[in-house]
Amino acid sequence: MIDPAATAALVAEDIKKRFGSLEVLKGISLTAEREDVISIIGASGSGKSTFLRCINFLETPDGGRVVVGGEEIQIKQGRSGPVIGDQGQLSRIRAKLGMVFQSFNLWSHMTVLQNVMEGPLTVLRQPKAEVRDRAMDLLAKVGIAEKHDAYPVELSGGQQQRVAIARALCMQPQVLLFDEPTSALDPELVGEVLRVMRDLAAEGRTMIVVTHEMGFAREVSNRVMFLADGLVAEEDTPAELFGNPKTERCRRFLASVL
Amino acid sequence: MDFTAFARYGPELASGLPLTLLLVGQSLALGFVLAMLIALMRLSTNPLLSSFAYGFVYVFRSTPLLVQIFLIYYGSGQFRPFLQDIGLWVFFRDAWFCAVLALTLNTGAYTSEIIRGGIQSVPFGQLEAGRAVGMAPLQLFYRITFPIAIRQALPAYGNEIILMVKASSLASTITILEITGIAKKIIAATFQPVEIFIIAGAFYLSLNFVITQGIRYAEYRLSPKSPEARARAEERRQRAVLAR
Repeated sequence: MIDPAATAALVAEDIKKRFGSLEVLKGISLTAEREDVISIIGASGSGKSTFLRCINFLETPDGGRVVVGGEEIQIKQGRSGPVIGDQGQLSRIRAKLGMVFQSFNLWSHMTVLQNVMEGPLTVLRQPKAEVRDRAMDLLAKVGIAEKHDAYPVELSGGQQQRVAIARALCMQPQVLLFDEPTSALDPELVGEVLRVMRDLAAEGRTMIVVTHEMGFAREVSNRVMFLADGLVAEEDTPAELFGNPKTERCRRFLASVL
Repeated sequence: MDFTAFARYGPELASGLPLTLLLVGQSLALGFVLAMLIALMRLSTNPLLSSFAYGFVYVFRSTPLLVQIFLIYYGSGQFRPFLQDIGLWVFFRDAWFCAVLALTLNTGAYTSEIIRGGIQSVPFGQLEAGRAVGMAPLQLFYRITFPIAIRQALPAYGNEIILMVKASSLASTITILEITGIAKKIIAATFQPVEIFIIAGAFYLSLNFVITQGIRYAEYRLSPKSPEARARAEERRQRAVLAR
């Protein structure tokens, strides 16, 4: 039998994470095939952001494994639990996982264009002219090309988040990770970011989206995971999960947010 | 007040300016390198490195610079046989070396705290964004941490530069003939301390005026602004000049 991890775009298996005595993730697994758009929903504190951050090792999981494009992220045992095994390999794999943060995290000392070009230039060492063309195309695509010379402080939250998406895309990643990308935005700015994300999904990008936007989860993703207490409480197609939730937890959660 | 003294002794005092500049320049350059090292040691998770850096900063910030200069210049004589054995006496018998060393260690201690503050003020999210894009730890430092830290630290570091210009006058106590050293020499011959120190003070004042402007310009250049915002600021500046 072929290991499914060898062919999937991304596999996270039995991810465990604790902070002190608090067990945040009790063993969560996820398999993303190419072009999957998976939404992860759940109450705050259910571990969904932590799980996403474990995928690219912004948090080092205490247990489980992550395989990206058939390559498993190396872990070794440190004195107080698992630590990064091979920094070079991790950097290489992270470059294949575009990440979009809740609070944008644009580099404040760089212009919009520099922010988008930074990764491909510094990490991938691609030629500048080529990166610049691609960056400008991406900025145009997220509708912010005219602001390419501005600094992050001069942009609205929605504009910053669209730049952050362009920054992630410029790395030409295999999978895009979104960590509550609209949660820090004013309500009237949420739409412009979701529109960009819908377009990306329509292009067939592989996306994993931690979100509170039930409309997005329902209409755009092809699979939804509902997390509760550090476990996957329910996982299904959006039609089933939203239309016919199997567990009481999920039913109650949906009733409270919809 | 003897106003002719200004014209008479001005040029001689001015001849100390290059030495003041050299003393400050050398100490600041070496001190900055030292400060980077100390700051990184202080932030290191290794308790040995961290506590060494803490001790270094504590000692050099908590004792007078004059005492440090005396201890290094006069104190090293006590260890002359040892210093000769290890071949360092040629340095320590030289007043210039001792002055630069004392100023370097002193500014290194202060500046390391300024840099540490700058590094710690870098928003965690921006570091995570760097990690997420696949930057190696060293790339993260020189592309993200350092450029942001230096912008944060610039106002405080500008202050340190000005303090160093003034502190360099203490080198005159160990025979260095920079501005203050020359002033003291002229006073010993003329007994006109007020006039001479007014001239010396005016030199420090002018020097620090230039430095202040330089720092302001650097702060302005390094603050994240778009070309439009920069153009607007330039326009405001020109209007202010015209209004004057």
